[in-house]
Amino acid sequence: MATATGTAVGAPREDTRRILVATGIMAALLAVAPFVGIYPVFLMKALCFALFACAFNLLLGFGGLLSFGHAMFLGTAGYVSAYAAKGWGLPPEFAILLGTAASALLGMVVGALAIRRQGIYFAMITLAIAQMMYFFFLQTPFTHGEDGIQSVPRGRLFGFIDLSSTMTIYYVVLAIFLAAFLFIYRVIHSPFGQVLKAIRENEPRAISLGYDADRYKLLAFVLSATLAGLAGAVKAIVFQLASLTDVHWSMSGEVVLMVLLGGMGTIFGPVVGAFVIIALENYLAPFGQWVTIITGVIFVVCVLAFRRGIVGELSAWWKSRGG
Amino acid sequence: MQALYGQLLIGLINGAFYAMLSLGLAVIFGLLNIINFTHGAQYMMGAFCAWFLLTKAGVGYWWALLITPIAVGAFGALIERTMLSRLYKLDHLYGLLLTFGLALIIQGLFRNEFGSSGLPYQIPPELSGGINLGFMFLPKYRAWVIVASLIVCLSTWYVIERTKLGSYLRAATENPALVQAFGINVPRMVTLTYGLGVGLAALAGVMAAPIYQVNPLMGADLIIVVFAVVVIGGMGSIMGSILTGFGLGVVEGLTKYFYPEASNTVIFVIMVIVLLIKPAGLFGREH
Repeated sequence: MATATGTAVGAPREDTRRILVATGIMAALLAVAPFVGIYPVFLMKALCFALFACAFNLLLGFGGLLSFGHAMFLGTAGYVSAYAAKGWGLPPEFAILLGTAASALLGMVVGALAIRRQGIYFAMITLAIAQMMYFFFLQTPFTHGEDGIQSVPRGRLFGFIDLSSTMTIYYVVLAIFLAAFLFIYRVIHSPFGQVLKAIRENEPRAISLGYDADRYKLLAFVLSATLAGLAGAVKAIVFQLASLTDVHWSMSGEVVLMVLLGGMGTIFGPVVGAFVIIALENYLAPFGQWVTIITGVIFVVCVLAFRRGIVGELSAWWKSRGG
Repeated sequence: MQALYGQLLIGLINGAFYAMLSLGLAVIFGLLNIINFTHGAQYMMGAFCAWFLLTKAGVGYWWALLITPIAVGAFGALIERTMLSRLYKLDHLYGLLLTFGLALIIQGLFRNEFGSSGLPYQIPPELSGGINLGFMFLPKYRAWVIVASLIVCLSTWYVIERTKLGSYLRAATENPALVQAFGINVPRMVTLTYGLGVGLAALAGVMAAPIYQVNPLMGADLIIVVFAVVVIGGMGSIMGSILTGFGLGVVEGLTKYFYPEASNTVIFVIMVIVLLIKPAGLFGREH
């Protein structure tokens, strides 16, 4: 997917500063958003999906690996943390940690299998394993099948922050999102991120330079799975629900769409894509099947005419103006 | 024992559909280097086309077997000309994303129109009823599906491996530029190949219509299983696709009898095992 990405990894200091400033603006906007009339529950949903999309982008945009089964990490972490909070009565921070760890473990197993093949096969293998996980969660008793795990307690974070207040939990979610976002930014701009990009561009050359490509790809996969799991775990605690929707293949397609629409391989693209798609779903919810159809149309338009995505196009436009 | 034979028969039927669908995927992948995610939707369109012909136009099953693959195949050729052909110079993954989007659009439109419940399609009168084999009752239609799909698969194999047209096709898979230089119209061949693969999916859809109900989502989950079948077989060989398809259908049928809880997942588990032992697939070649 290298041809469409426009952002230079390991940009000069000038760019680093610009991105940090932009991150600061984003954080400030998100912090005041509930006060200008934007519904915090909507914002939290968008933030969870933005984190999910950023995790996915780490793998696709910077590793060049298209996983078509990322819903399994979102869903697995959701189920595990929901069960930990409800079934075992663990406090939310442990429930989230446990869910994230479960996805990391799953990511290690699935990643080790999937990187044995490349390109299109990689996508098909991840999709097939995710479908297997879907049937597992459908049949295993602790997930309650079609009903899912409902009314998960939010509890008290660290024993003293009461999460039942919507505003409190909103800022907790925002803090988690920003921390993960900066972590991803750091990973991309580390030597590890550079090698990952080199492998994406030309794997045989990277191998000939002595890099163990499989180890790098596996680590990228595990990182991506872990962060996707974090998104799923937080989502389960916030919405007090873990259900089959989050492990279904259409969820895997949705995250691909968010990243594609926002801009693959850009830092802010997945965030923009997630907010646009979640807003779209919110407004189109009463129209039933039209959500699926419009989702499909966006896919087709993005692939045919708009491969750099919103952020990619904007930054190309900015550069062409000499910015 | 009755139940075991019953499950074996269902397994063979499912295997017939796996074989026809993975064959179409392999043919398309061979020349276009695209994994056709729309395959499941095109299979569903085949079933709907047959249903339309019967209920709206009074055209029966046998004519539907002929008309449907041509109609849906032409629709596929149109998609190839207008959209897929723009992506050949790009990373192969864009083809997957485009066809995924198309599948969402097609399935969404059909669900808008027909809802999610299935529509019945009568078994043609010539094939209703069954034969008592002594150890089991064999419905005639199911026997027909197995035989017909074998014929379809083997003739596709024959066309690709043994005819002149097939040799052009295989040559263009290896080196399209050189084949073009010999004066063969490769872009047209690519369009026809995509149409052929789509037509195979539609034909499978017609054959499936009397067995499963005609439903907008009938291809959505099936296509994922077929992907696993393709990974297990490897897309290198046509015969490999056919054998893997039927074989996995039977394995799934046996699982339904001996350990029903695993019947949904057994193909995916086999995929994992094959990836561990022979990553290129049972019949695949490492490039």
